[in-house]
Amino acid sequence: MAVQSIAKERIIEICETYKKEPTPLMMILSDIQKEFGYIPLEVQEIVSEQIGLPVAEIYGVVTFYSFFSLEPKGKYVIGVCLGTACYVKGSQALIDKVLEVLKLQKAGQTTPDGLFTVDALRCIGACALAPTMKINDQVYPKLKVSDIPNIIKEYQARG
Amino acid sequence: MAKIRTQEELAARIGKCESCLKAKFTGEGGKRAIVICGGTGCLSNKSAEIKAAFEQKLKEKGLDKKISINFVGCFGFCSQGPFVKIFPEDTLYRMVKVSDVDRIVENDIIGGKVVEDLVYVDPNTKVKYPKQDEIPFYAKQKRVALHGSSMINPEDIDEALGYDSFKGLAKALTMKPQEVIDMILKSGLRGRGGAGFPTGRKWQFAHDQVNNTKYVVCNGDEGDPGAFMDRSMLEANPFNVIEGMMIAGYAIGAKEGYFYVRAEYPIAVNRLKIAIKKLNEVGLLGRHILGTDFSFQAHIRLGAGAFVCGEETALLNSIEGKRGMPRPRPPFPAIKGLWQKPTIINNVETLANVPYILRVGADEYAKVGTEKSKGTKVFALGGKVNNVGLVEVPMGLTLKELVYDIGGGVPNGKQFKAIQTGGPSGGCLTVKNLDTPIDYDNLIAQGSMMGSGGAIVMDEDNCMVNIAKFYMEFITDESCGKCTPCRVGTKRILEILTKITKGQGTMEDLTYLQELAFATKNGALCGLGQTAANPVLSTMKNFYDEYVAHVRDKKCPAHECKDLMEYYIDPEKCKKCSACARGCPVGAISGVVGKEAFKIDTKKCIKCGSCISTCRFGAISKR
Repeated sequence: MAVQSIAKERIIEICETYKKEPTPLMMILSDIQKEFGYIPLEVQEIVSEQIGLPVAEIYGVVTFYSFFSLEPKGKYVIGVCLGTACYVKGSQALIDKVLEVLKLQKAGQTTPDGLFTVDALRCIGACALAPTMKINDQVYPKLKVSDIPNIIKEYQARG
Repeated sequence: MAKIRTQEELAARIGKCESCLKAKFTGEGGKRAIVICGGTGCLSNKSAEIKAAFEQKLKEKGLDKKISINFVGCFGFCSQGPFVKIFPEDTLYRMVKVSDVDRIVENDIIGGKVVEDLVYVDPNTKVKYPKQDEIPFYAKQKRVALHGSSMINPEDIDEALGYDSFKGLAKALTMKPQEVIDMILKSGLRGRGGAGFPTGRKWQFAHDQVNNTKYVVCNGDEGDPGAFMDRSMLEANPFNVIEGMMIAGYAIGAKEGYFYVRAEYPIAVNRLKIAIKKLNEVGLLGRHILGTDFSFQAHIRLGAGAFVCGEETALLNSIEGKRGMPRPRPPFPAIKGLWQKPTIINNVETLANVPYILRVGADEYAKVGTEKSKGTKVFALGGKVNNVGLVEVPMGLTLKELVYDIGGGVPNGKQFKAIQTGGPSGGCLTVKNLDTPIDYDNLIAQGSMMGSGGAIVMDEDNCMVNIAKFYMEFITDESCGKCTPCRVGTKRILEILTKITKGQGTMEDLTYLQELAFATKNGALCGLGQTAANPVLSTMKNFYDEYVAHVRDKKCPAHECKDLMEYYIDPEKCKKCSACARGCPVGAISGVVGKEAFKIDTKKCIKCGSCISTCRFGAISKR
């Protein structure tokens, strides 16, 4: 799949911004991830041309860090916190329920309609609100398993 | 903004800011102020909406010119958030909702009366505490690293300067670098990131290197799940941490510093950015700071979700744009670190202590703490404890004081079972360890470690084998794969633990588990691998009975492992209402409404737990 020229321009622009930094790769990848939501191989090739690092090395970095993704994520990213404080308060049951409702097998997957991606988060740091879940930037505090179906329905209705 | 070019100009500016801040707190000239918690916890609980509602309401009442409103850093008492504090009365409102804003403005701001039902009430004594300092939660705490938290506006350089910021740097710049290092050595400050290495010695190594380029790196890659100390410090008073970094830079001869912060902390990163920008504007960062030969610049680098990057050499690789894998040591970073230059890497909390030491002196600092661990430690207290929050306590406080006096004990009348310190690298301590005074050496002697400061309380409902499995899942996920003991060892440990929690374990497995755990501990390359087996070893040491129950009796005493428990309806308590049967997704519950108590068919039951949450009579339990 070819990268659209407008996207390519923007990626080159991002690379330019950090060219003066001593080792800019992480900063460039972070910005691309934030702006486009994923960093496929085609984009890595453009970065490679711009900063002169082999694609293999860039690919190695992209696949090492959990923040970088090779695949696009869903419109709504449901992150269930599996930090220790949430875990001891039962967040495993929450993520199990979310996966069950969305008919997904495991965290990291996206629904076929592209609406939801489910992630297991490592701690969102709102431990007083445990167990918690995040849908994009909205935090849901002190959840019960029985709350899950209605919350998801709400987003399904929005489409 | 006016430049601060000399010590005299700084002193003058500080004097001005101090009287300005004092006026805000004491209400001089009829001033009043509302501060709202702007920490991540409270912001997740709508404190931004609360702030907007106050602004709107004050505008409506024509009071917006007379009363200031701003965010402050974390109050620490997170389970009671969001907090709103009114100056000069110093009234603290807790669990404030957007709908409470009208009442606070009408009754308190205009009417001058405290809104009684929003004031903290001690659940045991029923005593009301309208003022923060009087609440028992704060009584045993001492704020050093959290200086300024919940007091100053973290985005306002003048409030920071009015609250002691840059007095420490000003003092350091009148001393020789070696004198600064001697002072830190004498204070007894040890690294707050986990291992507790003496900070002064680290600085000395880097200082002694002859090189024109050296770096200070601040490790803010707080990956320990359930810990949020570093984030809160950066969110509450970024100026203090930057000042600490600059003092370190002056001491070792570095001109540049890097903050490596988790990408999951957008608010902390943003406030850090603002602080760096403002310090550059006034000339407190940049060239020839305060008219001296000392020049310093601070930069920010973001992590990308890898726990191992909290390990210092992996962190350096990450800044260098590589996979975050640790490097073999030696050479230590103090000799060859970032871009092969001498580098010191200090944790956020370590650096947050430094300005205080410079301000009060080494002797005063060392008055607090135990013989070998000086000062205070910040803990993120969480899990099954009433008062979840961020606490800073003097070293030497006992675990019991932490859990009961500050944490308010375990909720719902449940029994305390364990406290996990040090996150995935630490261990679970139990009732018999509760009288242990908290310091680096004591916690290691008990089979855990200080770690970065996560402290998760567990109760009788938590299965310790399952907790060990939980941490192992985390570690296998986060192991970078460079060395075999960690990459393969942790995987095999997880497999055995999974087997045990499914009721398929044997007594032999327990021996293998122990052997594997020791092998991983001794053979791994970096701190992550060397400590990875700690949760297993400490739970095996303190809760061996539970492991045996899983293996020999095929029972999970805490009823948490799904394969080793079943749901059960007490026929005596069952009201025969059928609510559970209607909610059961697999039709495993049968009975006759009004006539016959309901029963669960354990063969059909998928143990989803929906019946327990449906039953209003407490008739369903696990066994």
